[in-house]
Amino acid sequence: MAAKGESPEILFWVGCAGSFDERAQKITRDICKILQHVGIKYAVLGTEESCTGDPAKRAGNEFLFQMQAMSNIQVLDGYNIKKIVTGCPHCFNTLRNEYPGLGGNYEVIHHSQLIQQLIDEGKLKAEGGESFKGKKITFHDPCYLGRANNVYEAPRKALEILDADLVEMKRCKSNGLCCGAGGAQMFKEPEKGKKDINIERIDEALALNPNIVASSCPFCMTMLSDGVKNYNKEQEVKVLDIAEITARANGL
Amino acid sequence: MVLQILFLIIAAAAIALFSLNVRKIIRNINLGRPLDRSDRPSERLAIMLKVAFGQSKMAKRPVAFILHLFVYIGFVIINLEVLEIIIDGLFGTHRIFADPLGGLYNVLIASFEVLAALVLIGVIVFFARRNIVHLKRFSGTEMGKWPRSDANIILIVEVLLMGAFLTMNAADYKLQQLGTLHYINAGSFPVSSFLVPLLPDSESTLIAIERSCWWFHIIGIFAFLNYLPYSKHFHIILAFPNTYFSNLEPKGEFTNMASVSNEVKAMLDPTYTPEPVPEGGRFGAKDIGDLSWKNLLDAYTCTECGRCTSVCPANITGKLLSPRKIMMDTRDRLEEVGKNIDKHGKDHQDGKSLLDNYISREEIWACTTCNACTDACPVNIDPLSIIVELRRFAVMEESQAPASINAMFGNVENNGAPWKYAAVDRVNWAEEK
Repeated sequence: MAAKGESPEILFWVGCAGSFDERAQKITRDICKILQHVGIKYAVLGTEESCTGDPAKRAGNEFLFQMQAMSNIQVLDGYNIKKIVTGCPHCFNTLRNEYPGLGGNYEVIHHSQLIQQLIDEGKLKAEGGESFKGKKITFHDPCYLGRANNVYEAPRKALEILDADLVEMKRCKSNGLCCGAGGAQMFKEPEKGKKDINIERIDEALALNPNIVASSCPFCMTMLSDGVKNYNKEQEVKVLDIAEITARANGL
Repeated sequence: MVLQILFLIIAAAAIALFSLNVRKIIRNINLGRPLDRSDRPSERLAIMLKVAFGQSKMAKRPVAFILHLFVYIGFVIINLEVLEIIIDGLFGTHRIFADPLGGLYNVLIASFEVLAALVLIGVIVFFARRNIVHLKRFSGTEMGKWPRSDANIILIVEVLLMGAFLTMNAADYKLQQLGTLHYINAGSFPVSSFLVPLLPDSESTLIAIERSCWWFHIIGIFAFLNYLPYSKHFHIILAFPNTYFSNLEPKGEFTNMASVSNEVKAMLDPTYTPEPVPEGGRFGAKDIGDLSWKNLLDAYTCTECGRCTSVCPANITGKLLSPRKIMMDTRDRLEEVGKNIDKHGKDHQDGKSLLDNYISREEIWACTTCNACTDACPVNIDPLSIIVELRRFAVMEESQAPASINAMFGNVENNGAPWKYAAVDRVNWAEEK
């Protein structure tokens, strides 16, 4: 696209999980399907994309973070990127809040916000696909979307149009409980304790007897899916991303 | 006249001692690194009015909110009465505001009485929650002997002060009914009038009771004022500046270290000349001098309520980390450093540090950076930024991170991803499975 002198309406920042994690790759493909479905001209950086530096920064490695950030900014500016949609709240937070101070200024949204906008503009509905009518769905707020950036309503909007039975956990929105993966915990074993955080969280979700536990973060996806597997409930309870639910509801 | 001079001496000594201790605390806070929080003053003022003055974040826990509101409003309003007490004490007058305020005075005294009763209810329930019901939020490794005593001392002093205030009014009221000289008919006593039958009938005994309660009440207030700098109760003052200097950026945004930017820019572009940065000599924080002054103000503001710890995912699941402990450790270490300066001068080194002597590595690595603690704090304290500064020190100064974290760093550095996948495989997701 760049070779033809064109620039995309929006850059889809896939993220490391979305690129490499098998479960998250499915979500990546569904985000692409949604973009194609509504006819947005988008691009991905492909092999030129590199980690935003989020896990390095949360773990205290500011050097590594800034090295990643500055070289990513060079790539993004090289393609004259103005607007970015991310498939991950951690990439979203880092690109949106921490890149401007290092010279990277872009309009950054998370895919749940894109879905919300498309719904508001009437470009995206829930028709032509799987019916979620009457299904019990509970949404788990990713910390870096919710508390970190005050995005609580966008992912819920995508669920509201489904005519499903939406239930909230007691710890939701700004009181939401972390899945246990943030702050680079995803990449290490937890410290000694009496329980794993993802089990604490899935216990709360399962107590509502949901058909679907929804989230919008690839790390939450891993933690919550592991939690469901821990109770051998994969058949009864599905852990799905907002993008997957939207794609399914539209038969994409 | 002798009593007036005595009062003046007590008041002056109390205020002098308090200012001395406050100056020490300001000096200690200034041991922190510089941080600019002078921007957007109107937004800051609005946050202070909402969060500290308006108690907005307390409402998340309705029972504690209502009881705390009684004590808070009682404290603020009854201070008007203290003003009268001070003037009476200095000039030997009695209920000086009664005459100029007229009917309003009765309303005021009546409202003080009702508030005093509400404060008593609040404080007694608080005491029971801590000592009889044993609410989980008030326990934990950091809630040792002193923090628990501190809380109880505050509550007991408040009971005594309110008790003295109401007894004083009851005696005054009875003396007014007896028509005793000097005890003018002033005030309305909806609460203390119930205490009147309990008092003796002798005029001289009543005067003695009224006077001793008056002295007990005001000396108690002066003593309590001087207890504040040693106590978690200091939040009644520091909540206001602390919320004013809140972090206004999104919670997910961590600071970009300017000292690191310089080095990274120099690495990427050899012609780059770094701008001087005012940060200290170290990356991250090992001790309190490496933290910002706001981190240290946070530590003095913390009233150890435990809302942070009760929502911390690591703490809930039994890990060692407790955000409240992070704040209490920071204050304890800061106090220790302050005492060292008093005793041995400015450059004294005691060989101890916040990291390792107070906060362990196991604690800092258990944090998920989820911001539940910062969101829960009713006075906008930020334990997370201290944890991150300690991690920065461990990683950038010592290269001491858990092995799997180091492996993740290596992967990001070499493959541009936290896992061991090759960058050329980045678009494999596009092949439909």
